Parts: sequence; C-alpha cells; structure tokens
Amino acid sequence: MIEELARYLSNWRNREMVLELLVVHVRLSLLPLLLGLLAAVPFGWVAQRYRLLRAALLGSANVLYTVPSLALFVILPGILGTRILDEINVVVALALYTAALLVRPVIDALDAVPGHVLAAATAMGYRPVRRFLTVELPLAVPVLAAGVRVASVSNISLVSVGALIGVGGLGQLFTQGFQDTYNAPIIVGIALTLVLAFVVDALLVVLRNALTPWQPRRTKKDGTGQARTAGVPAGGQA
Amino acid sequence: MQFKLIAKLTAAATLAVLAGCGGGDPLESGGTTATNGGGGEVVVGSADFTENVLLAEIYAAALRGAGANVTTKLRIGARETVVKGLQDSSLAVVPEYSGNLLAYLDKSATQTKPDEVYTALQSAVPDGLEVLDMSEAEDSDVLVVTEQTATQNNLSTVEDLAPRCGEFVLGAAGEWKQRWEAKIKEIYGCTFKSIQTTDAGGPVTVEALKSGKVQVVNLFTTASAIDSNGFKALEDTKRMYPAQNVLPLIRSDALNDAQKEALNKVSAALTTERLTALVARVEVDKENAADVAADFLRDAGIQGQ
Amino acid sequence: MIFGDVFAWLTTAANWTGDGGLLQRIGEHLWYTLVALAGAALVAVPAGLAVGHTGRGVTAAVGFANAMRALPTLGVITLLSLQLGVLRTGPVLFGLALLAVPPILAGAYAGVQSVDRSVLDASAGVGMTRWQQLWQVEVPTAMPLLLGGLRGAVLQVVATTTVAAFVGLGGLGRPLLDGQRVTDYPQVAGAALVVAALAVLLDVLLAGVQRLIVPRGLRVTARTAHRPG
Repeated sequence: MIEELARYLSNWRNREMVLELLVVHVRLSLLPLLLGLLAAVPFGWVAQRYRLLRAALLGSANVLYTVPSLALFVILPGILGTRILDEINVVVALALYTAALLVRPVIDALDAVPGHVLAAATAMGYRPVRRFLTVELPLAVPVLAAGVRVASVSNISLVSVGALIGVGGLGQLFTQGFQDTYNAPIIVGIALTLVLAFVVDALLVVLRNALTPWQPRRTKKDGTGQARTAGVPAGGQA
Repeated sequence: MQFKLIAKLTAAATLAVLAGCGGGDPLESGGTTATNGGGGEVVVGSADFTENVLLAEIYAAALRGAGANVTTKLRIGARETVVKGLQDSSLAVVPEYSGNLLAYLDKSATQTKPDEVYTALQSAVPDGLEVLDMSEAEDSDVLVVTEQTATQNNLSTVEDLAPRCGEFVLGAAGEWKQRWEAKIKEIYGCTFKSIQTTDAGGPVTVEALKSGKVQVVNLFTTASAIDSNGFKALEDTKRMYPAQNVLPLIRSDALNDAQKEALNKVSAALTTERLTALVARVEVDKENAADVAADFLRDAGIQGQ
Repeated sequence: MIFGDVFAWLTTAANWTGDGGLLQRIGEHLWYTLVALAGAALVAVPAGLAVGHTGRGVTAAVGFANAMRALPTLGVITLLSLQLGVLRTGPVLFGLALLAVPPILAGAYAGVQSVDRSVLDASAGVGMTRWQQLWQVEVPTAMPLLLGGLRGAVLQVVATTTVAAFVGLGGLGRPLLDGQRVTDYPQVAGAALVVAALAVLLDVLLAGVQRLIVPRGLRVTARTAHRPG
C-alpha cells in the first residue's frame, strides 16, 4: 500500500488535483461556520429571552439536524432557486446545520453570564445592544468556542458527503478511489481531512484565547484549556 | 475595547475566508460559461464512471489546445443530473453516448443503427444544446453473467436469457430501471425476478455478480471488468440497447468554431479499441486520467494541454 | 410546490411494500444503526467510565475521541469496503460505530466526572469499596449525561447511515441516492423525511428510557443533560 501511495503522490497531476480539492473543501467548510455563527447569535439571543421561543427554536434545530445532509444538498436548489451544481447549496446547508448546532451553546452561554455583571453594566449606563455586544458576547466566547469547534469538525466531515452529488472537496477522492478500486486517493483524503480538522481546531483555540485574555490558560483535565462548560452539543453528523 | 478586538478579528476572518473564495466565489459558482462563445471559461463535466471521466479529460485537453480556458467538473452523477447542468449553464461540454442520450431525450425513439440514431438525436436535442460529430467508438450497456451461469444455462444472447429472466436478479445502476425495465419486457419479454441497485459499472456491480448476490448485471462494453473477471457478455441480438457512439454534447454558444473543430478531431481519432485500451490504463493500471488523455492526444496528433 | 409531490410519494403504498420498499429500507437502516451503536457503546461506555473513575488517561481519551470525530465516514467506509470486501456490512458498521464512539465516550466520562466529590467522600466514609463506589454511586449519577451522549450518537448515526447506499448496501440512503440520480426530488425529500422521523422517534424512545432509568433524585440533573442542540 505504501508503494501505491508513493506512486499516486509522485504524479504531479494527482497532487494538483488533491490541492484543488483541498482548497474547495476549506472554503466549503469554513464559510458556513462563519455564516452559521452569525445566524445563531441573534436566534440564540431571542430564544434566551423568550422562554416560549426557546423550546420552539431548540426543537426545530434538533429536527433540522436529523435531515440527512445529502438530502438537504439535493433539495435546496429547488427551494433556493440555485443551479444544482452550485456550491452555494452546500454552503447554505452546512450553515443551517452549524446554526442549529450553535443555538444551544449561545443560549447556555448567555444564561451563564452572572446577573450581577449585567446589573453593573446597566448601572453604568450601557444600553441593551452595547451591553450585549461588549459584555455578554465576550463572556460567551468560551462556550461558543467549544460549540464552534465541534461544528467545524462536523462541517469538514460533511463536505465530503457532497461528493455524492458531484460537489468538490476531498470527498471526491473517496468516490473516485472507490470506483477505481484504488486505495491511495482514499487514504490521502482521510489524512488530509484529519489534518484540516486538527489545524482548524488549533486555530480556533488560538482565536478563542485571543478573545478571552482574562481566562486562565492552564489545561484542565478535559483538555479544553478553559473552564469546562456543560451543555456543549455532543457532535454532528458525519 | 474588547468589542473592537472582536470586530477586527471577525472582519479579518471574513476577509480571509472570502479571499479563499476568490477563485470560485460560491455565490457565483465556477460554472459561468461565456455567452459570447469560446472566450470565457468552459466547464467540461462528466458522469460518474471512469470512462466518462477519461473522455471529459480528453475533451478538456483538446479544448485547451484550441485556446479555451477550461475547468472540469467530474463525477457529477448520472445523465439526468449532468444534462440539467448543461441546461442551467453550470456545464458547457459533456461526453455522451448517442443511443442513451436519444432515449433520454425522446422516450419513444426506436432507432438503433448508428447513423439513424445520430440523425434522430440532432433533432431531439433541446434548444441551446447541440451534438458535435460522433465518433466511431462505441461504449454500450451490456448484460453480463458469470461464466458459470452462462454454461449452466446455455446463455450466449439476451434472447437465451429472456425466458429465464424471472429466476434471476439483475444488478444495475439506479437509473437502469427507469430507462430499460419496460423496454426489455417489450422487446425480449424479459421480466427479472427483481432489480437491485448496485452502481454504474463499478466495484459494487462486479462484486454483486461475483458473490452471486445477483445473477445478471449491466456493465459497459469498454470496461475492463468483463475480461478481468472472466464474465460473459450476452449479445443484444434484438438491439434493445441502441448504438452508443461517443460524442460531445455542448451548449451551442459555449464554444467557438476552432474549439468545436478540436472536439471533432478527437471524435475522428477515437475508436472502440483505442478507448478500451485507454480505459484499462486508468481502471487497471491506476494511471491518472489526465495523463492518459494527454498521451492519446499526442498519439493522435491533436494539439492539447 | 413539490410538497404535494412529496406527500404523494410518501402515501403511495407501492413505495412502502415489496422488495426495496420503504419498510424494508427502514428495517435495514435500523439494523445498521442499532448494531453500530451497540458496538460503539460496548467499547465507549466502559472506556469512558474507566477514564472518569480513575482519572487516568484523560488527555489520551479526549484526544482520541476528537480525532475520531474528524474521521470522514465516507472515507472510512470506502476504504474498508475495498480492503475487506465490497458489499459486506462489516465496513459500514465499523465506520458508523467509529462515528458513535466520541459522543458516547464523552457522555460516559462527563457523567462520571459529574459526581459530587462530597458524595464520593461520603460513600467512602460509609465503607464502600472502589468497585461499589463505581456501580452504586458513579454509574447511576452518570446516567443522565451518559444517556445524553447516547442520544446524540443516535442522531448522528441515523443521519449518516444514509451513505451506506453509496457502497451498495441498503437502508434509507438507497431511495435517497437513487432518487438523486434520476432527479426524482419527491423521492429524495420523502426518504429524507423518513430518516428525520426515524431519528426523532428513536430520540423520543431514548428520552422515555432516560425517564425510567434515572432515579428520581437525579431528575434535576437529568434536565440539564442534553443531546446536540
């Protein structure tokens, strides 16, 4: 198998194709992360304030998560009016999954902000919006970061599934390898997916630490490097 | 001040991600073909089986040699999806097979001979699309059984198989049922015990036949699987499967004359034997399809990249 | 617009019965899901309990679980199918089990960790051995979070089992993929809805189990145990 791998990678066309697929994969997994987060924050904020909406939103988020990604990729063109091969179908689908995944952490994070801090901010004259952006949101970063890390891994894995409908990304290495009964592309695809997930996760940790300079850095037992928080979604589809 | 930092970082992150999108802005999708014909980006698509991928690479290389700016979108899916892609301008060129394409566009078509099929196809193609010159190279669907099944039941043609169909399970790609179930009943009087979806001539189909999970499968005449596994192809004596000449299906406004000419040169140079040999290099020797395409063009004396 | 077509597809009896019908596909889908989950639980629950109980090997376990989360299931399934034999269910079941391990492991581990130190102290004071502590204190307390992890795993596996169809197996991925190939969107949407319904059903079932198993005194904790979202 090693010779097979070596032979596969020694071909410059193969390397070029793998690189192209990697770039597409990065694009398709990170953009939805951003979009999903931007969508989840307002939804979470609304849900945290109004109990009735909370149950409804969480319920719909859960149900959305059970829709297989493949189906969503295929159905969205009909709903969005996009062309069936457009990448945006995958982006929107994954953004929806990310948002569904992050609503809960947003709510939990906002719940966790100590009441006296909020009171102090209000007493200092902060209006609700400013208070939200400059007090609640920063304090919410650790919990949100944990959720975003889970969502990033989930997205990176889900983009592979897009290969089944012809969308780019490392998943094409799996479908091609299987069809040609060729192990090498599959192995390369798995390896790169793992590396990508690891790198993105590390970057997110750096980002989180940069955004929360007041948090202690010692690595606690659960390896998150932050105060462990309950209520983080256990994970997504693959 | 924390807010400022967050805002800056978010802005930076967004810019970074969007910059990564630069090459293929998802909102624009890398499939825009120029309407002025040939000057812009040309997207060559392929269905999801190896030979089609190879043909797409050959077309792509030939088009590059004719000055087009080509990208490929490979392994999209079955014809149904690929043709939709052509119609909504995500794709400009796809390698097709005359008979099956005609059957897809005109369910009532009865032509089976190469020239008849081609003529009928030219009028059946929807507005905005056209087929270029057809090649003499053919890749047909073919019903295949194991050597053992053939000898035990004395099978060498589909006619031999027909009265026994009810005892056998067929393994084929998902779209086979819709395309051929009615036709095979009408022409041969064959109704299989059941039809199971395997894949488009890939490992699942081969394994299903080998393991006995199904007794008959649908493969492709140029695929290496038939010979390398010692399978027996059944002759389609009543011509249910029409002639399947390889030809490019294109959006008329996507290519200029020089580029169309390049594809016609490819069709002229392609023969069934050559195609089979090329496919074997990718399927069996695991060579890169674009490499094999480049070799073919060089041997045929066609400009390519 | 297509909702009428989807409804029509779902209510056509022919789509449900017979060879390759929805009932058969649901059966296959459930079978793959349950076997994969059982396999994953068999490994992940003891591992999570052990790590939580002894406090050793935490970083390794957490790192391992995180790495597994990142494994692309489609890649694992295709590679194993090629290695072990196409059309075998083993590769698919293994790939799905790999998917289920991280949430179950996390749930088990977090569950054991959630035991109040003072309660453990008290149990030691009463004379319980470590084994007794595990089974009579830690495991019951861990139940809510453990079951929460299990529910999360169920959701993931049910949704992902659809890719089994790509390597030629059955399950609800079959009508989904087949429909997609011939652009029969009512079939695709219909199959997707059935998958979602199945996932919701299993989740409700597990919620019921959770109510039955979790001791009343721990019900307060039970409410904070969650599945994804």
